Amino acid sequence: MHNWRHASPDALHGPASNARPGPRRSGLLRWVIVCAAAPIASCQQTGVLDPQGPIASAERLLLINSTAIMLVVVVPVILATLGFAWWYRSSNARASHSPDEAFEGRIEFVVWSIPALIVILLGGVIWIGSHQLDPRAQIPAKADPLRVDVVALDWKWLFIYPDQGIAAVNQLVIPAGTPVHFRLTSATVMNSFFVPQLGSQIYTMGGMTTHLNLLADEPGEYPGFSANFSGDGFAEMRFIAKAVPAGDFNAWVTQVRGAGSALDDAGYAALAKPSKAVPPATYRSVEPNMFERIIDQTTAVPEKARAGAAWCPPVQAGG
Amino acid sequence: MLGRLSWAAIPLDQPLPLYAMGVVVLGILAVLALVTVKGWWPYLWREWITSVDHKRIGVMYVILGLVMLLRGYSDAIMMRTQQAIAVGNAQGYLPPDHYDQIFSAHGSIMIFFVAMPLVIGLMNFAVPLQLGVRDVAFPTLNSVSFWLTATGALLINVSLVIGSFARTGWMGYPPLSELAFSPDEGVDYYLWSLQISGIGTLLTGVNFVTTILKLRAPGMTYMRMPVFCWTALASNLLIVAAFPILTATFVMLLLDRYLGFHFFTNDAGGNQMMYVNLFWAWGHPEVYILILPAFGVFSEVAATFSGKGLFSYRSMVLATLGICILSFMVWLHHFFTMGAGADVNAFFGIMSAIIAVPTGAKVFNWLFTLYRGRIVFKTPVLFLVGFMVTFVIGGLTGVLLAVPPVDFVLHNSAFLVAHFHNVIIGGVVYGALAGYNYWFPKAFGFTLDEWWGKASFWCWLIGFYLAFTPLYVLGLMGMTRRLQHIPDPSWQPLLLVAEAGAIVIFCGILCQIAQLYVSIRTREQRLDLTGDPWNGRTLEWSTSSPPPAYNYAVLPRVETIDAFWHKKRTGRAPVEPAYENIEMPRNSPAGFITAFFAVVMGFALIWHIWWMAIVGLLAAAVTVLVAGWSDEREHEISATEIAQMERARLGA
Repeated sequence: MHNWRHASPDALHGPASNARPGPRRSGLLRWVIVCAAAPIASCQQTGVLDPQGPIASAERLLLINSTAIMLVVVVPVILATLGFAWWYRSSNARASHSPDEAFEGRIEFVVWSIPALIVILLGGVIWIGSHQLDPRAQIPAKADPLRVDVVALDWKWLFIYPDQGIAAVNQLVIPAGTPVHFRLTSATVMNSFFVPQLGSQIYTMGGMTTHLNLLADEPGEYPGFSANFSGDGFAEMRFIAKAVPAGDFNAWVTQVRGAGSALDDAGYAALAKPSKAVPPATYRSVEPNMFERIIDQTTAVPEKARAGAAWCPPVQAGG
Repeated sequence: MLGRLSWAAIPLDQPLPLYAMGVVVLGILAVLALVTVKGWWPYLWREWITSVDHKRIGVMYVILGLVMLLRGYSDAIMMRTQQAIAVGNAQGYLPPDHYDQIFSAHGSIMIFFVAMPLVIGLMNFAVPLQLGVRDVAFPTLNSVSFWLTATGALLINVSLVIGSFARTGWMGYPPLSELAFSPDEGVDYYLWSLQISGIGTLLTGVNFVTTILKLRAPGMTYMRMPVFCWTALASNLLIVAAFPILTATFVMLLLDRYLGFHFFTNDAGGNQMMYVNLFWAWGHPEVYILILPAFGVFSEVAATFSGKGLFSYRSMVLATLGICILSFMVWLHHFFTMGAGADVNAFFGIMSAIIAVPTGAKVFNWLFTLYRGRIVFKTPVLFLVGFMVTFVIGGLTGVLLAVPPVDFVLHNSAFLVAHFHNVIIGGVVYGALAGYNYWFPKAFGFTLDEWWGKASFWCWLIGFYLAFTPLYVLGLMGMTRRLQHIPDPSWQPLLLVAEAGAIVIFCGILCQIAQLYVSIRTREQRLDLTGDPWNGRTLEWSTSSPPPAYNYAVLPRVETIDAFWHKKRTGRAPVEPAYENIEMPRNSPAGFITAFFAVVMGFALIWHIWWMAIVGLLAAAVTVLVAGWSDEREHEISATEIAQMERARLGA
């Protein structure tokens, strides 16, 4: 089951050290260790090569196909490099030499057309792939999409369910088999929202809204995190995307509504303060239009920031 | 009086930075003491510091690059070690505050103060020699360029001792790099050191574009220039076109930070993505500024050591210029994930893939240059073969990342980190080391030791694969970059392998140091009196090693491509030419003095010491103006002196 997962990266690098001229035994030995370590280490695979939804599956397919298309040229080039370098070494009396053959029109034509053909093929893949897997494109499914608003904070994720009127921190619960439409922004610096097993990541940027559509095929727990460095608490800015059966999702909503605190302005102000490795939490209710209000708040000029320039005494004293 | 500078800026409470600081300060003091005790100052001042000779400046650039490689490498091994041990419950030995500075410094140093000086150093040394001329177009400016680059390098290292460096990554994306999120001096160290060295780089670009376009030996038409000169021309055109974008972008960020502007802030209408666009409008051409000269080195090495002309020179030139233009049309592939529409992403994805066409053509041309050659396996050839194999893999993963939906799952991952180290180590570093081994005998008159050179090559090759193959796999497993703490224990075995790879690369660096040491010790046995140790093809091999200050007593007359090769083959007996007086540029302390005041200005701006910044700026400006208006810029070497020197040289 795990063999094919690493077929492409291993095949990528295999020839590099297998046929190298010269004394290479130690390199080969180390290489074998790397190849052996990769599948062992990936026994509990949770990454890009283990997709759990249609977007991630399509992206993995593109990854494998594009690699295969290019390997058609790359592998022969690597072998020819090593072969030519070895055979035409100056000490090889059997090799033919031609010191002045510096140009040959037909070969030159081939030299340009091989990469051109590959790139034409890949260009088609890129054009079609970009349109089919546009993060904004709705995922066709029987169920209506669930709306989730995502806000990146220092250093945690706030998930608002506007239709359910609830919210959660560092915990994303979604119904399996139902497309999820995310609207995303940041109340702080840039982050990137990413659940590798569900597919596409997208930036969250202050004052701006991005859109992302994802779907989890099966119930399960999929790690998610920020994929764009955002400061001291970045490494712990993680959450679990938990896909549950549709019935369980409604039960979870009911349960959240029955407990915890409300996410009002004071609650949000407390939450927005920088904090690291924040444990998951839920809010039984959310102020309406919370997402829009956070965007407005991010782009507005707060009083204290007006005097933020370096030449102003207050900051100078504080810095 | 001293702005925000106080004793608190020296991290007396943190043992690790204090230790690093001690090593650096002691190292510098030891070098200074040695130079003083040995009485080398007059020699250094006369022959190197004030030299405007392109060869000397080239050598100083390479030394700067190699010294900074040690600094960049220590950052790298610290990061690898942190990631290898800070797994699960363990937090490692670097808190986020320190770890974030280290990866930011590693990137900034490796790009701006290792790769750039190495590449510019090789261009400085080889281009005028290859063109058959006596110096660059503006020799004093060249010295200013070098010393401004050294200024940047010095400032970035001062941040080890006084205050701290940026904690934003080497791209310095706002709003993280804005005052609201990075109020201390770290980002200012980053901005001012890159601004000052960036001006030096821009001046280099202007200098070399002028040199290549306007100063060539008689008869050297464009299509008779060595390929390295073509790649240097393309690279410097890119510098001239791209570096002002970086400078302007940093000016905007500086205005935000110093004067309360809102170019890139979250609030008051700022737009952070404008910075990201502008940064990569410089950043992607920058990649080709680095790699094109490396391609040039490999073209020279492939032709020289196979004993035959480069396959399809015309294609090589065309491909170089094609890459030069295309490199400006792909910048958006660095942020497909910002949510631009499918059309935009597809356009930039396809443009990025198209760059693979001229690059692929180049790889095939090197391949057919080896074909039916007589390949002599000297160290530069090992780097050539290692490069060709490694670089196509890096090219493959690069094109993979140019497919937007694939980038959606690999963006910012360890896979991306592996990809760009794949092309920078496998391309730029291997190219710089090949060029270093190739031109060293020309610069110093003796060859480098082959055994240590080859040992260094194998360490760099094996080390690279050990260090970065695991990162490719980890990226596919969902590991993002810049993690101070590793959440998934199953990633640890691969991170340990990567750590081992970094250590093997260190062995490669040690082998290079040993190579230099051994070669200097045994230089009497490895003297090259012919000036042409590799049976070279281009003009630089036709003069002595090391070349006289004036390079050529009589400028060579060029009739073909590979001019020296044809001269050797047609075998005309050397006739003593009629020597004429030569005007050579005088040494000038202008570069060093300008740089000294630039250090003062940069340091003062970082610490908000306004009076000192003004003094530094004015003094630097006055130095440049005085040097610019000076009439005594040249001295003449008489024909008789030259005849004497040439007879002595040819007699030997």
